[in-house]
Amino acid sequence: MPASLCVVSDSAPTAAPVRHSVNEVDCRVKAHEWVNGQYRLLTLSAPCSVLDCQPGQFFHLLCPQTDRFHPYLRRPMSIYSCNREKGELTFLYKVAGEGTGALAGLETGDVLNIVGPLGQGFEIRPEWRRPLLIARGVGLATLAPLAQECARLRLPLTAICSARAPDLLMSTNLFRSFGAEVITVTDTEGNSDTESLTPLIEGLIRSRGIDAFFTCGSARLMRMLQEIGARHGIGGQVALEQHMACGIGMCQACVRPFRREDGAVNLRVCREGPVFDLQEVL
Amino acid sequence: MADLTTRIGALVLKNPIMPASGTFSEELAEVFDLDCLGAHVTKTITQGKRAGNPVPRVCEVNGAMLNSIGIPSKGAEWFLQNTVPFYADYDAPLVISISANSADEFARFAEEVSVPGVAAIEVNISCPNVEDHGKAFAMRPGPTGDVIRKMRSATDLPLWAKLSPNTGEVVEVAQAAEAAGADALVTANTMLAMAIDSATGRARLGNVMGGLSGPALKPITLRMTYQCARAVSIPVIGCGGISTVDDVLEYLIAGARAVQVGTATFISPTTMPRLIGELEQELEERGLTSVDALIGSVDIADEAITLAEYA
Ligand SMILES: Cc1cc2nc3c(=O)[nH]c(=O)nc-3n(C[C@H](O)[C@H](O)[C@H](O)COP(=O)(O)OP(=O)(O)OC[C@H]3O[C@@H](n4cnc5c(N)ncnc54)[C@H](O)[C@@H]3O)c2cc1C
Ligand SMILES: Cc1cc2nc3c(=O)[nH]c(=O)nc-3n(C[C@H](O)[C@H](O)[C@H](O)COP(=O)(O)O)c2cc1C
Ligand code: FES
Repeated sequence: MPASLCVVSDSAPTAAPVRHSVNEVDCRVKAHEWVNGQYRLLTLSAPCSVLDCQPGQFFHLLCPQTDRFHPYLRRPMSIYSCNREKGELTFLYKVAGEGTGALAGLETGDVLNIVGPLGQGFEIRPEWRRPLLIARGVGLATLAPLAQECARLRLPLTAICSARAPDLLMSTNLFRSFGAEVITVTDTEGNSDTESLTPLIEGLIRSRGIDAFFTCGSARLMRMLQEIGARHGIGGQVALEQHMACGIGMCQACVRPFRREDGAVNLRVCREGPVFDLQEVL
Repeated sequence: MADLTTRIGALVLKNPIMPASGTFSEELAEVFDLDCLGAHVTKTITQGKRAGNPVPRVCEVNGAMLNSIGIPSKGAEWFLQNTVPFYADYDAPLVISISANSADEFARFAEEVSVPGVAAIEVNISCPNVEDHGKAFAMRPGPTGDVIRKMRSATDLPLWAKLSPNTGEVVEVAQAAEAAGADALVTANTMLAMAIDSATGRARLGNVMGGLSGPALKPITLRMTYQCARAVSIPVIGCGGISTVDDVLEYLIAGARAVQVGTATFISPTTMPRLIGELEQELEERGLTSVDALIGSVDIADEAITLAEYA
C-alpha cells in the first residue's frame, strides 16, 4: 500500500451497531417528474421497513443500466420526503452524470433497488428555538424534511433559498407550506454572494433572534456561516457530501477531516454524517 | 440438504462464503445476521495508528471500481479492545488481516494479535517492504517466504497468505508461501490500476493509482486460483469479482476451497447471504451432496492447451 500522505487519522467503528436497521429493498416508481430543466422528483412506493427515517438521512440508490449509462457503484441521495401512511419515499435530484442520467430514465412502474435509511440526520437541540435554514442547489432537497420537522415542533422558521437563476429555485412553496418565512437569492440577481448574504443574515439574527444555522449544498455558504456563527456564538449543523462506495461505513472511502477535542480526525460522511456540527468541519 | 462445509487446514467453515478484507465491518450486522457467513475477515490493520490516503479514494470504471483507501488503522490496541470482542458473539471464525513494513515487524505483530477469539491471520503482503525499496512483499517469492517463515515461528495460528495479481511470478510466490509454512493462500488482492477524467485531465483518485476490484478483475484472479491450486497442496481461497453464484462455482471448479466476496457487498449488501442460499440450491440441482465434489473439477479438454500460446 502506498505511504500515507495525510496527517489525519481515520475513524473506525465506534458504538456497537443496532441490528438490522438498514434494509435493501426493491421499490416501484410511483411518479417521476421534471421540477425544472435540471431537477427531477422521484416518488417511490416503499415498504415500512425503510420508512423509519430522520431528516438529513439518505438512501443509496442502485441506478439502472441503460443503453447510454452504465453506473456501477450506488449513488447517495437525501430523503426529500418520507410518508409512512402513504408508504411513500421521495428524492429530489439533479441530473448530473452517469448515475443520475440513468436514474432519469426510470418510468412509473419500474423497479429501483435502494439501501437505507443511512447515516445520522439533523438534531434540533432543545435550546435551538429560532432556526435559520440556508440551502443552495441540491441542498434544498436535504433541508426540506428538516423544515417539516421544525413545523412539527412549532418552531418559527426562516429559510434562505439560493440558486444560480430564479427558474432553478425549488421547494420555496414547500418551505412556505411548512410555515417558513422564505427569502430567495440568485446569482443572476446578484444577491447570493457572501458579501450580500452576511449583512442579510446578521440582520436576521438581530430582528428574528436566530439561534441556530442549518445548511447544505455549498462549501462557500458553510464557511460564511462558520464565521458568522463564531462571531455571534451561534451553533448549527451542516449536511456534507463525499464520494462513497459502500454507504454503510465499511470501506472508509467517504472520510473528511473534522476538529475534535483531541485534534483533527477523519470521520465517515456516510456513517458519522452526513450531518455534522457546523464548527467541527475543517 | 447439500453439505456446504469446507475445510481450510484445521478450520472447518460451515460454508465457503466469507467477506474480503476491507469490504466488511461491524456495520454489516445492521443488514443481516453475520453468523450465516463461513468466516469473518476484518480490514487490514497495522500495529500503530495510521492515516489513509487523500480523497477521492474510490471511483468507478466500466464494470469495476478503483480504490486507494490505503490502510487507515486505529492500531493494534484499539483493535484488540474493540473489534475482537465484537466478533466474539458469533460462531463464525474470526480471521484478522494484518500488514507491516518488514518481515520482523510482521512476526512481532502476529504474536501480539494471537489472542483468544482470533481463529486465523490473513497476511496482507501487498504492501511496500521497506527493506526492498518499497516493492511489495507479494511481488517476489523471496520476501514472501521471509514474511511467512518469521510469522510461522511467532504464532501457532493458521496463516493465510494473500497474494497479489501484480506479480509475474504467481506460482513461485505461492510455492514460497507454502514452503515457509502458510496454511492457505488467498487469490487475490486488487490489481494496480489508474483512471483519468478526459474532460479535466485529472487523475480520478486522490492517490493517482489504486486497486482494481469487481467483475472486471475476475478472469485474472480466477486464473491465479487455478494456477495456485495446481501448484500447491494447501487450500486456496478464491477472491476477485465474485457477485453471482456462477462466479462462486467457477472458483470452486478452478480449485478454490472457499471464496471471498468484496466489492459486490458495496453494490448489494445482501450479496453474501444470497450466495449461500443459491449455492446450496445449485448443488442440489446438480445432484451433488457437498461442495467437495466440485472443488478442482475443471474440465481441461487437452492438457497441451494450457501450454499453448496465449499472447
Ligand atoms: C449524503 C448525500 C446526499 C445527497 N443528496 C442529494 C440529493 O438529495 N439530490 C441530489 O441531486 N444530489 C444529492 N447528492 C449528490 C449525488 O449523490 C451526486 O450528484 C450523484 O452521486 C452524482 O452521480 P452521477 O453518476 O450522476 O455523476 P458523476 O459525476 O458521473 O458521478 C461519478 C461518481 O462520483 C460520485 N459523485 C459525484 N458527485 C458527487 C457528490 N456531490 N457527492 C457524492 N458523490 C458524488 C458519484 O456517486 C459517482 O460515484 C447527495 C450526496 C450525498 C453524499
Ligand atoms: C475499498 C476496498 C478496500 C480494501 N481493503 C483491503 C485491505 O485492507 N486488505 C486487503 O488485503 N485487501 C483489501 N481489499 C481487496 C479485497 O479484499 C479483495 O481482494 C479485492 O477487492 C478483490 O475482490 P472483489 O473483486 O470481490 O472486491 C480492498 C478492496 C476494496 C474494494
Ligand atoms: S462509503 Fe464506505 S465508509 Fe462511507
